[in-house]
Amino acid sequence: MSSSIAIDVQGLGKSYDGVKAVDNLSLTVHEGEIFGLLGPNGAGKSTTLRILITTLKPTSGTAKIFGRDVVEEADTVRRLIGYVPQERAIDRFLTGREHLLLLADLYHLKKDEARTRIDSLLKLVSLEEHADRVAKGYSGGMKRKLDIACGLLPNPKVLFLDEPTLGLDVQSRLNIWEYVRQLRDQGITIVMTTNYLDEADQLCDRLAIIDRGQIRAIGSPKDLKAGLGGDGVWLTLGDPTPQALEKLTTALKTLPYVRAITPREQGLDVRVDGPEKALPAILEIAGKVGCRLDGIEYHRPRLDDVFVAHTGRSMKDDLQESSSD
Amino acid sequence: MQEQIQEVLALTNRWVKRLSREKFSMLFTLIQPMLFWLIFFGNLFQRAADVQVVQAPNYMSFLAAGVVVMTVLNNGLAGGVDLLFDKENGFLERLMATPIRRSSVILSRFLFVMAITGMQILVILGVAFLFGVQAETGILGIAVILLIGMAFGIGLTAISMAMAFSVKSHGDFFSVLGFLSLPMIFLSSALVPLAAMPGWMNVLALFNPMTWVIDAVRPLIISGWSQALPQVAIAAAVLIAFDALCLYGGAKAFKRTVG
Repeated sequence: MSSSIAIDVQGLGKSYDGVKAVDNLSLTVHEGEIFGLLGPNGAGKSTTLRILITTLKPTSGTAKIFGRDVVEEADTVRRLIGYVPQERAIDRFLTGREHLLLLADLYHLKKDEARTRIDSLLKLVSLEEHADRVAKGYSGGMKRKLDIACGLLPNPKVLFLDEPTLGLDVQSRLNIWEYVRQLRDQGITIVMTTNYLDEADQLCDRLAIIDRGQIRAIGSPKDLKAGLGGDGVWLTLGDPTPQALEKLTTALKTLPYVRAITPREQGLDVRVDGPEKALPAILEIAGKVGCRLDGIEYHRPRLDDVFVAHTGRSMKDDLQESSSD
Repeated sequence: MQEQIQEVLALTNRWVKRLSREKFSMLFTLIQPMLFWLIFFGNLFQRAADVQVVQAPNYMSFLAAGVVVMTVLNNGLAGGVDLLFDKENGFLERLMATPIRRSSVILSRFLFVMAITGMQILVILGVAFLFGVQAETGILGIAVILLIGMAFGIGLTAISMAMAFSVKSHGDFFSVLGFLSLPMIFLSSALVPLAAMPGWMNVLALFNPMTWVIDAVRPLIISGWSQALPQVAIAAAVLIAFDALCLYGGAKAFKRTVG
């Protein structure tokens, strides 16, 4: 964490007609990392993103990109960043190359410079073959590639991606992840929004969980999950009398790898470090104290558990709610 | 300055490309006003309309000015539609995240709509010529007609863009558009001279800037300079006020949307 700060957000707020879409939000993004804004639809992550790319003014607080204020020095900020909007933001009457040529003019590139850069970008996202077809006939994955090429055209120091894999098939999704990692390895700082837990988990170096306009938790996926207190072992007892539970709990507490024990339906939720040692030891203890186990279930903490722990509800519920609108 | 020219040209070029690839829409945009109004309406009323009432050699020559200005009206009011779609699908956001002058998008739209409108005016006057309507004031008069048309178009396009930035959905936009355009035409001197209108319509038409614009274009086509000049002067005054108002409103709506 010694790398320099790419983005510094302090007390950011945005209200629409008195409703707070973003509420006193502070975070820092380090140079060269993939930073995720994770949250359900309407959590405020898109609003935050739009403030950072200068297209929306905050009602309070500040945001700086490499020390430049997104409101006061918007034009300078715009020269530092690239933006990859959601897939619909493509002009279906223009070819892929024409999109890039248009943007080249908007970034005031010289003709020769534009041509070489566009050629190399089309190659990077392997879209050369389709570069001169109108975007109307592009597949979702191709549109996304074009979007990424557009975002990279200005040689940005920070690249913003809005839901980069929304609605893509698995293969295209993995491809996009691969591009994003490559870009990070080239030193580009990446900020992306997502409402996919697995995407946040596997792609992001660090992430902020946002819910109702506020940050609930911030850190690497690994730290966030470790913060939950270890892996979960769920024991279901054959005869879950209070006495039996009591006896088992007392015995398990003597084990060094056990971090916490809470009762659950018909049994116990045991939080452990290092399941290789903990699992056999738990079984042995259960045998010793004479508790018959009907079931034993082991799971690593998932990001969804982190989300539940910090917001009190599951992100899946929210997704179902929003998709049934 | 040089940077802004590069921006505006690139953005205008995009509008041209879009139109040229929407062949069907282009055909309709260009042909519809001539076909529908000038050719059908003009010929249909050629004998029904009384030349004493319209004060013109024939109805077609009377109608030509109306069709010219109606084309300006329709182009202008629809001028913001593409920006509306850009706003809805996020393309506008993409543009606004680039280091361009905020005004470049608007300027490119004005430039494009004015160019299309100018061409259409010329085509309409050409078709009218084929039906025997010849502008009395010649080439210079046609140039003045183009200037007046574009001056009116600027205000209308500004209204349209202001609406595009303000409405919640494109459904709203098209409802307002449909609501505005026909009454604007009927409550003007496009189809019938003011003197021949029922009293209350006559009064309403006087408040319609379109009436004043048509009344300046018409003598340029059917009468000659001596009758046209005072009308052109009045139209110029009306248009300065109209454009100032529309541009002010448009700028406010634009600022509210893109900061």
